[in-house]
This record gives sequence, C-alpha cells and structure tokens, in this order.
Amino acid sequence: MAIDVHKLTKHFGKKIAVNGIDIAIPEGQVWGFLGPNGSGKTTTIRMLCGLLTADAGDGTCLGYDFRTQTDEIKRETGYMTQKFSFWEDLSIRENLEFVARVYGLPNRRQLVDATLEKLGLTKRQKQLAGELSGGWKQRLALAACTLHSPRLLLLDEPTAGVDPKARRDFWNEIHALASEGITVLVSTHYMDEAERCDQIVFISAGNLVARGTVADIIKQSGLITFTIAGDNVRPLVDKLKGQPGVQSVAFFGALLHISGYDRSLLERALAPFRSDPKLVIKETEASLEDVFIQLQETTAKDSTGVPR
Amino acid sequence: MTGHRFTIHRVAAMLGKEFLQMRRDRMTIGMLIGIPLMQLFLFGYAINMVPRHLPTVIVVSDPGPFADSMIAGLNNSSYFAIVKATASRPEARQMLAENRVAFAIEIPANFSRDLVRGAAPNLLVEADATDPAAGSYATSAVLGLATTALRDDLVGPLAARAAQPAAFNVVVHNLYNPEANTQYNVVPGLLGIILTMTMVMATSIVLTRERERGTYENLLAMPTRPFEIMVGKITPNIFVGAFQAALILSVARLVFHVPMIGSYGLLVFAGTVFITALLAVGYTISTIATNQMQAMQMTFFFFMPSILLSGFAFPFRGMPEWAQWVGEVLPITHYLRIVRGILLKGNGMVEIWPDIWPMILFLFAAGTIAVLRFRQTLD
Repeated sequence: MAIDVHKLTKHFGKKIAVNGIDIAIPEGQVWGFLGPNGSGKTTTIRMLCGLLTADAGDGTCLGYDFRTQTDEIKRETGYMTQKFSFWEDLSIRENLEFVARVYGLPNRRQLVDATLEKLGLTKRQKQLAGELSGGWKQRLALAACTLHSPRLLLLDEPTAGVDPKARRDFWNEIHALASEGITVLVSTHYMDEAERCDQIVFISAGNLVARGTVADIIKQSGLITFTIAGDNVRPLVDKLKGQPGVQSVAFFGALLHISGYDRSLLERALAPFRSDPKLVIKETEASLEDVFIQLQETTAKDSTGVPR
Repeated sequence: MTGHRFTIHRVAAMLGKEFLQMRRDRMTIGMLIGIPLMQLFLFGYAINMVPRHLPTVIVVSDPGPFADSMIAGLNNSSYFAIVKATASRPEARQMLAENRVAFAIEIPANFSRDLVRGAAPNLLVEADATDPAAGSYATSAVLGLATTALRDDLVGPLAARAAQPAAFNVVVHNLYNPEANTQYNVVPGLLGIILTMTMVMATSIVLTRERERGTYENLLAMPTRPFEIMVGKITPNIFVGAFQAALILSVARLVFHVPMIGSYGLLVFAGTVFITALLAVGYTISTIATNQMQAMQMTFFFFMPSILLSGFAFPFRGMPEWAQWVGEVLPITHYLRIVRGILLKGNGMVEIWPDIWPMILFLFAAGTIAVLRFRQTLD
C-alpha cells in the first residue's frame, strides 16, 4: 500500500475540515479525489505530505508513519500545489536546478538538461517561469515535482484553468508515470478526469461519501436517470424541481437530466410531459456526474457545516 | 444618464469597501494606534536634552581638606554622580574608555596647598567628548562650581580666597574629540542607524514574500529544514550589510574625516555580530507578518526605539532608567558605543567586550525565537 491511513481528522478552529477519513491506495494506481470546493481535499493532501498536522488518525504513507516521519515522506513524494508555486522570478532552468539541489540529486546538470529536453523547453530555459502560460506552468510544475523520482505523487487540482489539449497531454504523462510504478492521488473537478482513474474517493464536508471504481460508484448509487430532449425544455426545470422523488434536475449539454431513486415517483413526475410530442424522454444510465451532483446535494443537506 | 459623471453613490461604494477592508486588517490598525502612542511616550518621557547625574570618577591626587567638599559640590550640582574616587589616573582613563563614566575629574597634587597660598590651582576635568552634546551642560556647570563648591570652606583666614578671581581654575579636556566635532559622533552613529533600517527591512520580507506568492508551501513540501532556510535567507544580507558598512565608513573617513584610531578587524567583528543580530530580528518579523505591509510596519516598530533610545538622537544618560533599560536591550545601543569606542577612543577587545556580549545574547534570543516561530507546517 502506498497510502494507508485511518480516521484522518483535522479541525480548523471549531470547523471540522476532515472528519475521520480512511484512504488505502495500492502502489502504482491512479486515484481520483473528488468533492465540492471546501470539502477537505486540499487539507487531506496536505496532511498526507506533512504540511499540516493531523488532529487524529494514524497510518502510513510509503511505509512511513505519516505523523512522525514527514521528512522521509517528503523525500519520496512529489506534491503539486493547486496554485503554481514555483518561483516566477527564477528562470525555468533555475527552478529545476534549485529543486535538484534541495533533493541533493546527482548529475544535476544532465538531469536538468534531460528534463528540459523532455519538456521541450530547452530553447526557453532562460525564460522566467512567471512568463509561461498556464499550460506550460503546469507542465513545468509536474516536471519539477517529479524531478527527484518520487514514489508518490499528490496533485491538487493540477488541471484547473488549463486548455483541453494540455489537459490530455498531462493525463497521458500521469498514466506514463503510473506505469513506471508511481502511485498518484489527484484531486479534480472534471468528470472525464475522474473516469480515467483506477478508483475514486468522493468526500463532502470532510466526510468520505463514496469510494470505488466508476462503475461501482454508479451502481452503488442506485440512481435512475431520465433525459429530456426537445426545443423548449428550459421551463421544465422549475416544474420538475421539488417534485416528489425528483432528486436532481440539471442540464448536460442540451439534455435535461432528471435523477431519483424511486422509479414510480419519477415516472409520475414525468407523466405530464410524456404527451408533449416536442419532447423526447428516455431512460439512460446514470453518469458519474449525475451521481456526484446527487451525492453533493444530499450530503450538503445533511451537513451542518458552512453552506457552499 | 449618470454613467460618465462623478456620482456620490460610487464614491460611497468605494468608501464602504475601503472601510470594510481596513477593519479586517487588524495589524495595520494596531500599528496605526501603537506607533503614535510609542512615539508620544518616547519623545515625551524618554528624551531629555539636558542629562543630569552623569557618572563621574574623581581622581584624588591630593586627599586634602577640600577634596570632600569638591565631591559634595559636584554631587550637589546634580549634573554629576560620583561613582568612584580613586588615586589612579590610568584607572580613570580606563573607565572613560569603557564608557563607564562620562567624566574624570582630577584634584591634582598640592591642590589644597596651592589653593591656600592663593596660587589658583587647576582642577582637571576630562570629558568623554565622543558625544559632545551630551556633556556640554555638565561641563559648563563645573565651571560654575569653581566659585560655589568651596564657599563654606573658604571662611575665616581663607575668606579672601572666596573673592574674585576664583580660588582655582577649571581646565576641561575634551577627550577623544578635542574640537567637540559633532560629526565624529553623528557619522558613526548613522552607520548603526542605516544598518538597523536596511537590514531589518530587507530580512523582514524574506518569508513573508514566499508566503504571499504561494511558494512557501512548495518550500515546505520539499525536505528543507527551518534552520537551513534561515541560514540561506540571512547570509546574503550579511554581505549586503558588510558592503554597506564599508561604504559608510569610507565616506566617514574620506569625506567627514572621522578619525580611525582602533583596529579595522575589531570593527568588522563587532559589525558582523551586530548585523547578524539585526537579521535575526528581521527574520522573526518575517515569521509573524502575513504580508509585506505588515512586515514594514513591524520593522518601523523596531526602528523607532532604535533611533530614540540608543543614544543616537538623544543623550543616552539623559533618559529615565526604564528607557535606558530598553536601550540596553537594543543591539544598536551597544554597537554605537563600540563604533565610537573603536574609531575615536582606539578601544581594543577588552574595552568593547562589555558591549559585545549583550549583542551576542540578543542574537541568540532573537535567533531562537525565529527558529521556534518558524512553522514547518501550514497549521
């Protein structure tokens, strides 16, 4: 197990940020970490790499006690922060050189040269990191935090604000790293990214809500989803919301998704619109996004925490 | 159509927003109240342009009948506080060099005899003129003593000696700075002031800046130790400080012709201790301040007493005791004494040691606080 922690807990003042989470990730897997903003994803990642002290919980990270052996963990972990956190007033090369020196890596020059070559930044190595575009910054950050060949990668929303092409390249890189045996925990808001993960952990308001493969999570949810297509579906949103049995109503592109747990109640809610010839109502398999919006809405109602 | 005109509601919106933001920045408000209060108390209570009770050693080479009256007269003048009576001139000189006394007053041999004979003997006053302004009132007071101190003794057969001209002459030596050149005092003092300002300011933002830019999290996620970060952050500024000191001393020497009697090596040693102590203060501020503005305000909070209570701007011995104690804690107070001692008095290690160890103590205290304050986590 690359990560094996139990009852991970963190408070900020009276607010509970992470509430007794268990995470166990086998080595060489890519796990997705999902949850609404402020649900405790960043806090959890920071606790795993020793940037925050856990209030409670025990376990290991790369075989080291995550509470006491943070130095050992740091040496073998790459952590990519949500916001670009390399030095914008240093050049690309200087940033990589600094990281290489901090970790005391041998053959520094060759290593940095090779990394620049792989990134395709050899010609721009003297450019300041602050001048790079979002996508390049993200690539540089990934290269810098994998420079010391870590066994574990913790990525905190690495693809926020990055264009689709760069996102796809980034994920190819992640899978390449995983095939080399690196364990990856990546937090994200993108469903397509979540679907690329071996397993998913979903947390809400500091609580672990669901865990498993995409198929497992969809199946476990027991969610039934109908789509409505047509010329003028927009007014239906207000009519369907709050109907008994209707858990969520949301647009997916031009399609309106209506989800719930009780088939007969859903059918009853949809019945008045069946007669409209302009509308096409079909049952579909619930998507991951349906499940997550559903999970998010139910847990938000249950939680006594800060509304988000 | 009000879009292009000045409108009061937009000003009001702006005002409201500014007040809200100001209220959230507790530290700035604290400083806005704290700094004026500190200034008021320091200027109001601590500063006295006419220092009294200046420590004085009296060299009694003639333990005749008038010595006791002279001591009493000097004490009564309230300008002098006799801390020691000795028969040894070298000892008195040493006390002056070590800054333990501001004056050495000598009653020379045969003072009583010459006085009785009407030969108008000389009373020798050696004043530490490294800070000429501090001793000037006392120096003029001692001149007045010539006529008053012995008034009670000069009765009966000696009554004639009480008449004009004075029964004895007062000879004042401005030691270390014979021309009482105030530049000799101010220029070395500026060395300490400039270093205090620039060193603390430069260091106070080193961590704050990392925190503001978000690079701090990255630094902590890597296997760097707090002490390593501190040494790495502080060392470049030691060189900057050394360069500054060399520059100021060169100007002092070449432009202001400030004397340079003592050893350069010693000056470098004391300067290094001083600069490192300042950097430790700056670093401590840096571990506390959440933004660069706060770091600047806290620097100013340290800088104020450094100017006012160190003996730079106002005579140290003129301050009330509590202010002197505060002054004694500040490294600049000791550094000013050391620099003036080395430049003007030619002091060696023995003489400056009493001012070296308080700086070292301060350095260790500030360094310890800085390391303890440094959080290796983001908690």
